[in-house]
Amino acid sequence: MSTGALPTAGPMMPEPLRVRSLRRETADTFTVSLDVSERPGGFPFQPGQFNMLYAFGVGEVPISISGDPARPGELLHTVRTVGAVTEALRRVGRGGRMGVRGPYGRPWPLEEARGLDVVVVAGGLGLAPLRSAILHLLRHRTEYGRVSLLVGARSPEGLLYRRELARWQEDARLKVLVTVDQAGPEWKGHVGVVPALLRDVELEPSRTVALMCGPEVMMRFTVRELERQGVPDSRIHLSLERNMKCAVGFCGHCQLVPFFVCKDGPVLPYDRLRPFINPREV
Amino acid sequence: MAEVAPPEAERERFVLSVDGLEALLVALRGDGWRLMGPTVRDGAIDHAEIRGVADLPRGMTEVQEAGTYRLARREDGAFFGYAVGPRSWKQLLFVPKLRLFRAHRQEDGFQVEPESTEPPRLALIGARSCDLHAIAVQDRTFLEGPYKDPDYAARRERLFVVAVNCGQAGGTCFCVSMRTGPRATSGFDVALTELLEGGHRFLAEPGSERGAALLARVGAIPAREPDARAADAVVERTAQSMGRAMDTTDIKGLLYRNQEHPRWDNVSERCLGCTNCTLVCPTCFCSSVEDTTDLVGGVAERSRRWDSCFTLDHSYLHGGSVRHSIRSRYRQWLTHKVASWWDQFGTSGCIGCGRCITWCPVGIDITEEVAAIRATDGARPGA
Repeated sequence: MSTGALPTAGPMMPEPLRVRSLRRETADTFTVSLDVSERPGGFPFQPGQFNMLYAFGVGEVPISISGDPARPGELLHTVRTVGAVTEALRRVGRGGRMGVRGPYGRPWPLEEARGLDVVVVAGGLGLAPLRSAILHLLRHRTEYGRVSLLVGARSPEGLLYRRELARWQEDARLKVLVTVDQAGPEWKGHVGVVPALLRDVELEPSRTVALMCGPEVMMRFTVRELERQGVPDSRIHLSLERNMKCAVGFCGHCQLVPFFVCKDGPVLPYDRLRPFINPREV
Repeated sequence: MAEVAPPEAERERFVLSVDGLEALLVALRGDGWRLMGPTVRDGAIDHAEIRGVADLPRGMTEVQEAGTYRLARREDGAFFGYAVGPRSWKQLLFVPKLRLFRAHRQEDGFQVEPESTEPPRLALIGARSCDLHAIAVQDRTFLEGPYKDPDYAARRERLFVVAVNCGQAGGTCFCVSMRTGPRATSGFDVALTELLEGGHRFLAEPGSERGAALLARVGAIPAREPDARAADAVVERTAQSMGRAMDTTDIKGLLYRNQEHPRWDNVSERCLGCTNCTLVCPTCFCSSVEDTTDLVGGVAERSRRWDSCFTLDHSYLHGGSVRHSIRSRYRQWLTHKVASWWDQFGTSGCIGCGRCITWCPVGIDITEEVAAIRATDGARPGA
């Protein structure tokens, strides 16, 4: 599904790109903008695809692309610092370079969703791969039915893209519901889990597509709630995360029974996932 | 490897003497092929570089059982009188460690220096049908997906294959039930059957134009009917004497619907998670990457090395491993090998060589595990 050209020296060669800016999002996440001005056509991608980002001498990790698909001149990734590689990526800083290869993976089914209502469900960092889908939906707003965005985070401080989220909440073209697991008295919004928000969304199950990304437990309960309301499994799409070393179907790390999450996913419909995702430790 | 072979029925068969085999090996070396063949090494019949028939494991065989491998003598002076050794040809094509690139730090970042690959031209001597099937299975991973592995592709293109049809079944193999042997039917340039009765000689069958040309050059003579019949009898006897089998009827459905079968708990009490089965398996393809730098951090390297789904690191995701129990890791390996491989690559990942049985330190037998699940299909934990 990759739209990128195959590097002559093999599909695992990173391309060093300069960091244009590096902005802190939350206590443990940052958004990096990479300079693709020297690439003819910039860095085209489809919402939901990911890149492998390489920190010199430290390692490589899969990171979703979070930018606007209509603006391939800007390449954005939102990264959570959880280990040595992501920490090294953060330290690269403005003006430095990180290695990039991609884009990889099956994107969100935005063509298939045309004419339908779209429910976007994001938990924590799960908003990062969904941001580009939301920007696409807004840009092509008339082609879709009702669009709802349900966002959850552990705390108000843990919400990604807070200013943009506030703008979206003011945007009449979107219904935005935000919840947090825990908050102090200054928080005036919902407190609770993401699946509970679905009860406040008017769903027409026969014409609804759901796009979700977040912790697997959150997705499990969200799927259950969508199914309860009658949304068909084939229109519930999950973006999955697994260990990945190559992203091109060689290393075997990202397997989920029949799927290679790198090339068959990361976005997969629940009717295909259902038989495999329920036993523990697959 | 070989060009498209003519249909089996039309293939002419030849007879090659022992001297003829030596001439064949000399001719291959003369043509610039490095010979990789069986030889006795470290207490096993292993693949290594050989120079001629003198290096072959003449008069040697092996005794294999679950968790057991022993060399033994045989009285008939056979050159290829064994089944399969600990290592397949995998390490010659999908190499255990490979540098992917080097990166050099510069004032404004770093530059990546690609590795170039110029692999040797290898002639595999004595390749068995199961192992040729294994190569075809790995081709699907490395050559037939959306991306090609350039190093594997380069090594794969520089192969000449002299197959040997098995003259005896190994103690742990089950190729007949996997439909992968014991007779080599494709993927070779020349296939030999060793004939020990009525004069030590080989029945030789070309599998490619260059294989046919080589046989002509080394003085192979057209086979007479009795020689051809004798060779068929050798392969038939091997097939008949195979001690193990795997029933593959609806094996994908069987494994998929038994992901919570109590047998996984049972096997997890025996499995050590040592990774031996994945290392000796000729189709296992998992790899990981390693990053290193020099002391001053000026030059960085990235290498690929073999990995195994039995390690905790294999499924590590920030915070922990997806498959933290041995139960889930053994289930992943076996389910992948015989079931989900079909969904991924349209073939079984198991080719019936029996290496995982022989080299398992506690003798876990893949055929026995599948049979145990089949015998109690649908059993639930605690049942």
